[in-house]
Amino acid sequence: MKLRDLTELAARNLREALLRNSLTTLGIAVGVASLVAMLSLGVGLQELASTRLSRSGLFDAVFVTTQSNMRAFGGPPRAMERTSTQPARKLDDNARQQLAQIKNVVEVYPEVRFPTEVQFEGKPYMTTVAGIPASARADGAFDEMKGSFFSGPEAKEAILQIEFARDLSRQTDSLVGKDLVLRYAEKQALPADDPAPEANHSAADDAAASGGFSLVPRELQLRIIGVVETEPATGFGGFGRGRLLIPLQIAQNLRIAQPTDMREMLRGNSGKPSYESLTVRVSSPKAVQAVADAIKGMGFGTFSILDATKNLRLFFTVFDLLLGIFGSLALTVASLGIINTLVMAILERRREIGILKALGAADRDVRRLFFAEAGAMGLLGGVLGVGLGWAIGRALTFGTNVYLKRQELPPIDLSSIPWWMVAAAIAFSFFVSLAAGMYPASRAARLNPVEALRYE
Amino acid sequence: MRTERVSRQYAMGEALVHAVDGVSIAVRAGEFVALLGSSGSGKSTLLNLLAGLDRPTSGAIYAHEQNLAEMNSQQLAHHRSHTVGMVFQAFNLLPRMTLEENVELPLRLAEVDRAQRPARVREAVERVSLAARLTHRPSELSGGEQQRAALARALVNRPTILLADEPTGNLDSVTGDAIMHLLQEINRNLQMTIVMVTHDKVRAARYAHRIITMRDGKLVTEGVSDEIA
Repeated sequence: MKLRDLTELAARNLREALLRNSLTTLGIAVGVASLVAMLSLGVGLQELASTRLSRSGLFDAVFVTTQSNMRAFGGPPRAMERTSTQPARKLDDNARQQLAQIKNVVEVYPEVRFPTEVQFEGKPYMTTVAGIPASARADGAFDEMKGSFFSGPEAKEAILQIEFARDLSRQTDSLVGKDLVLRYAEKQALPADDPAPEANHSAADDAAASGGFSLVPRELQLRIIGVVETEPATGFGGFGRGRLLIPLQIAQNLRIAQPTDMREMLRGNSGKPSYESLTVRVSSPKAVQAVADAIKGMGFGTFSILDATKNLRLFFTVFDLLLGIFGSLALTVASLGIINTLVMAILERRREIGILKALGAADRDVRRLFFAEAGAMGLLGGVLGVGLGWAIGRALTFGTNVYLKRQELPPIDLSSIPWWMVAAAIAFSFFVSLAAGMYPASRAARLNPVEALRYE
Repeated sequence: MRTERVSRQYAMGEALVHAVDGVSIAVRAGEFVALLGSSGSGKSTLLNLLAGLDRPTSGAIYAHEQNLAEMNSQQLAHHRSHTVGMVFQAFNLLPRMTLEENVELPLRLAEVDRAQRPARVREAVERVSLAARLTHRPSELSGGEQQRAALARALVNRPTILLADEPTGNLDSVTGDAIMHLLQEINRNLQMTIVMVTHDKVRAARYAHRIITMRDGKLVTEGVSDEIA
């Protein structure tokens, strides 16, 4: 029998037992829908996690320290690595420039964070100020902020953390546009023959030997331009503990006296600014390992959270697998429905099969007819199932977002159905249905026509 | 068409039933033969063997010098589709199809070109005088019309042999006679070989050229219809 005739006969048979075949197709659709919904949930969560985490700045960053600093903290942490044969190298501007030239490095910036006093509407407040690099704008933390991000790298502007903003005013929205005054101690280098008058003798000698410095009180007026609710980049080397955020360039230009300055001066490093640590931002998490290796080769200690991403990928692979297994179970039940429907159809259409054979139908024709019916139900069930799975995903996303809104959290896209999943689900449904139709089809083909014609 | 010591045995529990037991017959081209016998005599089993619906346990069945006993299922399907046409006591029309679709079905199975099908269907339906009922379903036709529709379906692939299993068994005597008359006409006009299973001795004698009588699976008598009657 030709394909067109086969298709027409199969379509006619499906139409004739419309209710039974519709229920079977619906069964397949529900199976496919549960599979698609679960996988889309897995993919959606994975996308959500990777997007949010990569935007947090944790996964595309390498934390760089000097070897000496690592020893000063009582040995390197587990994840830190060092090359003990090389002498400890200083993390100065020269090193910073070298780090910036490594392939795939987007930005190199120091951690500038200091406690200080802020004057607002005539009242003093103690807080922690943190410098923020321009690249932090891409972090998800600033997406939902009130106000705007810094207008430029040297803009005299400030973004407040919500808790600090609440300290300043109950109406946090009203703070945007107002000014505050930052009061801090600026470090001023002294010439080698002009020791600080307030220093004691021995310390003054040491300071004189290395240049030394004096502390000068300063004030800086800043315009409040935004209030951020979520805590940006709370990880290592980040600025999350800062309650008042200012542009990194401004923070560096302030030449704030840091607690480590005394130690650096005693080591004779005064006048040659060096950093405790630097954060190297890489173009993508994939390039982190290569950049970290290059930095280690330069004689610095590195730390990246790459191991954590590996574990994350492993977690989601297992998570997807489990969701897929549960979804497949639903499809297996639907497949049993197909087998049941087609076996029942054989019993019901036994005489018809006998007639077809008496009129010249070969075993192959009968087998293909039942196969075509199973395939058509699978194909239709697959298409319906993908639609249904998409709707379930949307409903879950809607419900989750209603809940998140009540919790005053930003909305998320919980499920994601990429095109490959649509194609794979329909193909899977089609082939599973064909496999389910195999037994009934071969049973129908083997039917003895004489016995089939006797069947009432 | 001929059979050579053809047998068909069935296992019923531990017993072996000899439905057809060493029967040898020969049917000439264009001949109208009636297979006569009571219920269980094996005449329908022999007809099924001639149709290629069943396989003999032993012996040979030749149609156009091709041994059906040696054919595979694909070749037997081709034999049923192209060499023989069948009509049954119960008509065996597909109830959900119209008369036209029922008659077209063997053409689909024989992979006849779609363009030729309407003309072939019309020709077969006109031969049995049912052209006006093409769009009707079997349930909308009388018993006689249904059997004529079944005849049109059997003729549509232009077979050389027509096999009829009790074609008047479900019909009243007037309609039965009309069907027998139609079979006779087909036999005469198309020179088509007809083998008809019946237990109606009178009709067999009236319409068939030759009557073969069977009892308990065996051939009992064979002769021209006038002699038997």
